[in-house]
Amino acid sequence: MSRRQRGLGLVLALVALLCLPLWGSRYLLDLSTEVAIFALFALSLNLLVGYAGDVSFGHAAYFAIGAYANAILLTSYEWPLALSLPAAVLLSATAALFIGYFCVRLSAIYFAMLTLAFAMLVWSIAFKWRGLTGGDDGFIGVRLPAFLEHRTAFFYFTLAVVLVSAVLLRRICRSAFGHTLLALRENRLRAEFVGIDSRRVRLLAFVVAGGFAGVAGGLFALYNRGVFVESAFWTESARVLIMVLLGGMYSFFGPALGAAVLYVLEALINQYTEYWPAVLGLILLGILLFLPEGLVSLGRRWRTPGDD
Amino acid sequence: MLEAENLHKRFAGFVAVDDLSLVLRQGESHAVIGPNGAGKTTLFNLISGHLKPDGGRVLFEGHSITGRPPHRIARLGLARSFQHINIFPRLSLRANVQVALIARNGQHFDLLRHGDRLHRQPAEEVLDQVGLAAVAGEPAGTLAYGQQKQLELAIVLATGPRLLLLDEPTAGMAPAETSAAIRLISRLKEEHRLTLLFTEHDMQMVFDLAERISVLHQGRLIASGSPEEIRRDEQVRRIYLGKGD
Repeated sequence: MSRRQRGLGLVLALVALLCLPLWGSRYLLDLSTEVAIFALFALSLNLLVGYAGDVSFGHAAYFAIGAYANAILLTSYEWPLALSLPAAVLLSATAALFIGYFCVRLSAIYFAMLTLAFAMLVWSIAFKWRGLTGGDDGFIGVRLPAFLEHRTAFFYFTLAVVLVSAVLLRRICRSAFGHTLLALRENRLRAEFVGIDSRRVRLLAFVVAGGFAGVAGGLFALYNRGVFVESAFWTESARVLIMVLLGGMYSFFGPALGAAVLYVLEALINQYTEYWPAVLGLILLGILLFLPEGLVSLGRRWRTPGDD
Repeated sequence: MLEAENLHKRFAGFVAVDDLSLVLRQGESHAVIGPNGAGKTTLFNLISGHLKPDGGRVLFEGHSITGRPPHRIARLGLARSFQHINIFPRLSLRANVQVALIARNGQHFDLLRHGDRLHRQPAEEVLDQVGLAAVAGEPAGTLAYGQQKQLELAIVLATGPRLLLLDEPTAGMAPAETSAAIRLISRLKEEHRLTLLFTEHDMQMVFDLAERISVLHQGRLIASGSPEEIRRDEQVRRIYLGKGD
């Protein structure tokens, strides 16, 4: 697909999304809102997986921190959304800075396991700190600003935040920093020997990815009118990783496609069978064996992100 | 230019580099030779920061770089190539060189400027110097073996080095490729006023390119001198050259 065709495709997809409230059902609108949130979550993870070559198995932690922070600041402290969401993002990024500081000392499976360990720590804090998070009852009754009460308004708001975030993230991926991440993914040794401090660069990627996961989490707390401790559980980290692999980690938009496909498939298949996890397993197997570069490689020849 | 003083390195009881001292003069082309396991690559790893020495120190242009991390040493102007090909296979050739230029200019934390548009022209100029400008847009991994070695030279050159460490720059090359590589390296050395430290198994290359030769044996320096002196050295003949490697 040429650059122009891709551009056209994006514009058409955007127009379709903007028109969705005109003809879509309430169910479709809610589904699309949720897909948009998780698309952003998957895009943020791919900065680590597809760009830096660091497979994080604990990305749900930053999503959950963003979700809890936004919910608690809005509701318990009655902050306005214009402050609570940025603060939630800042908190996610700060947590990523602290956790990433230790994780980037390791590579490959050890890196993955340490991210998982920290994420489980975050989960257990959320689980135990009932006074703040509601523990396993969840934090319910998030105070939504009046202008977001209507689902159409909420859909547009989510779409706007996700789009702005995606544009920023794409810009970062194509920056000199993004270019450096690709070099680290391709050959970390060579990159270090041309003068790149790989730990610091990977740490910055970890913080940026954590921050954008926090945006997605913050939105999800609003969408759900609550936050549940399952958001921080390791299965959520696995699910977002599946979205990345499904869509294609070597493409910027692949993970967003992966998120959409996963949700649509789940909705469709749940109508026919209760064995969605088994079907998901089979889909994943097929992707790993026959489409290791994900669904995007169906539509076009393989290319490296940022390299055109 | 470079002084290694009394370097020591042990691996689990095995002494890889033993009380080794070496001085490199500005602008010279210096070969390190010795049988397999003599400690050549370990010496390179100690100098370039890949390994930390157990004893001794390394001075680069008068400053100690002993035990510093590789990225610091690289930024000081000491670059190296590896025995096995070390490139960024899925990036284009141009992008491979751009990485080095981004690092050289300290832009690897720059979140705003477009990576692909930075240093395009200089990257292509460096590729031109190693004869790869025509394929600048191709993915590096699709190149032939010899060309990948040339690309690594381009990456290394783009870091703006004053001292270049080349670990077996012609390993695995066909004879024709080898002589082309030697010509390329000596031309680059002149054009960029480089000081060169290299290891090599191919004796022809060593005697063609080196102004001075140091001979390692079991981690120790057993001789150092001009090619003529090394050729005449009894000990070297006995343990190394005489074997007809």
